[in-house]
Amino acid sequence: MGIRFDGVTVAYDGNVVLDHLDLSVGTGEVMALLGPSGSGKTTALRAVAGFVRPAAGRVYLGDRDVTDLPPYRRGIGMVVQQYALFPHLRVEDNVAFGLKARRVAKPEIRARVAEALEMTGMAAYARRHPRELSGGQQQRVAIARALAIRPGVLLLDEPLSALDARLRSDMLGELARLHRELPDVTILYVTHDQVEALTLADRIAVMNEARVQACGTPRELYRAPANAFTASFVGNANLLPVTVARDGVVFAGAELRTAAAGAPAGARATLCIRPHLVGLGDGPNRLEGTVTEIQWRGATSRLYVDVRGHRVMADLGELREPPAHGETVDLHFAPQDAVLLTAGVTDD
Amino acid sequence: MLVHSRAGRRAVQVLFLVLFVPLFAVPLLVVLAASFATHWSGVLPSGPTVAHYRAAGRGEALQALTTSLVTALTASLVALTVGTWAALAAAALPRRWRRVLDALFVLPVAVPSVVVGLAVLVAFSQPPMLLNGTRWIVIAAHTVLVTAFAHQSVSAAVVRLDPAYEQAAASLGATPGQVLWRVRLPLLLPSLTAAAGLCFALSMGELSATMMLYPPDWTPLPVLIYAATDRGALFAGSALAVVLMTATLLVLLVVSRLRTKASYR
Repeated sequence: MGIRFDGVTVAYDGNVVLDHLDLSVGTGEVMALLGPSGSGKTTALRAVAGFVRPAAGRVYLGDRDVTDLPPYRRGIGMVVQQYALFPHLRVEDNVAFGLKARRVAKPEIRARVAEALEMTGMAAYARRHPRELSGGQQQRVAIARALAIRPGVLLLDEPLSALDARLRSDMLGELARLHRELPDVTILYVTHDQVEALTLADRIAVMNEARVQACGTPRELYRAPANAFTASFVGNANLLPVTVARDGVVFAGAELRTAAAGAPAGARATLCIRPHLVGLGDGPNRLEGTVTEIQWRGATSRLYVDVRGHRVMADLGELREPPAHGETVDLHFAPQDAVLLTAGVTDD
Repeated sequence: MLVHSRAGRRAVQVLFLVLFVPLFAVPLLVVLAASFATHWSGVLPSGPTVAHYRAAGRGEALQALTTSLVTALTASLVALTVGTWAALAAAALPRRWRRVLDALFVLPVAVPSVVVGLAVLVAFSQPPMLLNGTRWIVIAAHTVLVTAFAHQSVSAAVVRLDPAYEQAAASLGATPGQVLWRVRLPLLLPSLTAAAGLCFALSMGELSATMMLYPPDWTPLPVLIYAATDRGALFAGSALAVVLMTATLLVLLVVSRLRTKASYR
């Protein structure tokens, strides 16, 4: 079952938190809504769940217009950040809750609870109360509870934010596995974590200030971001203010070669280069600058270099002779690795 | 910890005992001692007897205890139902209306209970609402008085209830009725039992409004205690007071057992 937003606008007390959202999620697709807090991503999810009523626009599940339907008649599975397991019910009764509410026959409830707990690896904990479980276990139960009703659509609202880093990466793998086992379930995944979005999503909608800034596959957004916000929110990025020249760009007085600009010469633009694509030493598109900071990160080192008043980041592999603080170094990048952004350029 | 040094802590403990014991514990102990006495002219009571308790266990006194228990149980159950209903309904209202509703329910606490008693008396002394002279006017007045407390403690809990639970239940397909019975009320249970205990204890001890309303065949225990001390039967009154205290504490104990069972966190 797909999800379609058709011009959905949500406002609280005249404050627009979601501005005319148009977005389609195909059956079985994983769509991540990625953005900072206050970007409207959670509001979009809550509009699908039925907890906020759009001021304008329609929400469709499959072919059905559900805009005016109460939450309990939408048949959607939902998992939230704080789990919201019912503390007075055992794990198995939590998972059975949705089935009992639908008056499913008892033997079938038992079978489907067992199946859902098996799928999330929580079968051994069926008789426990939520308070007796760790955060990660509670999250698995919350997922089992949502899956037990066999929803066509699964809404995940920051499901991993309350977990520590190690557990989060384990659960990411689990979620990917679950989706492989349930390929027909459409997933709307709200997160502010780019790693979660890049790992899980088929497509990502990057949101900021109540609007979708860019929408595409993770690769598209990473390799060719449509604007500066997307470039900096999906992966790290050096964003350099440049002026378009005849066959390249001019950055702080120096000419750099890039792929075709697609903009008239003299236009202002932003050059986006991923830090790991910046190399140390002389090469094409040389940038000379002073090292202002070096951060050793184990497998890589991050260099912050001041190039004529602009900060350039470079992620470098193992360095035999790392440059010293304050030393003058050369950086370079390949012309095809730079992306020229002409939309939404600001003066800075 | 607020006080760090050992000597300082000891001093605070002594201060607490000096203030607490004479004010709270000693009077209750005096009542307990007096209930077993026939004379009290020296420092200690004399002439130990259980005659007062024997008297308290039959006839008029026993009937008064039953009257008090029935009144308090009925009033607190009705108060709990009405107060919870109102608190749940108020939570769904816009802020301004919620304030109005809260103020209405607090009114009986703000107004002296004698006034509440008088108001109920005046209001229900004429047909078609003629309750005066029946037990129902006492129960009605107690209900009005304790509903305020039930409403207050339940609405405090309703506000603290995380909406994520209701929303999770709704997303799983639970209708609003199912959400109420299977999620919200079970989660409110600790507050509900606390409110019930409070209402019960208040109703068991209510005197001022009751005095204005009680019919001869529905005399609650506090009225009997007042009457006994009023005619100078201090020791008999003390025995009745101990009975009232014990009965109330026993019920509260049962309620608090329910409460520990009902708390999840």
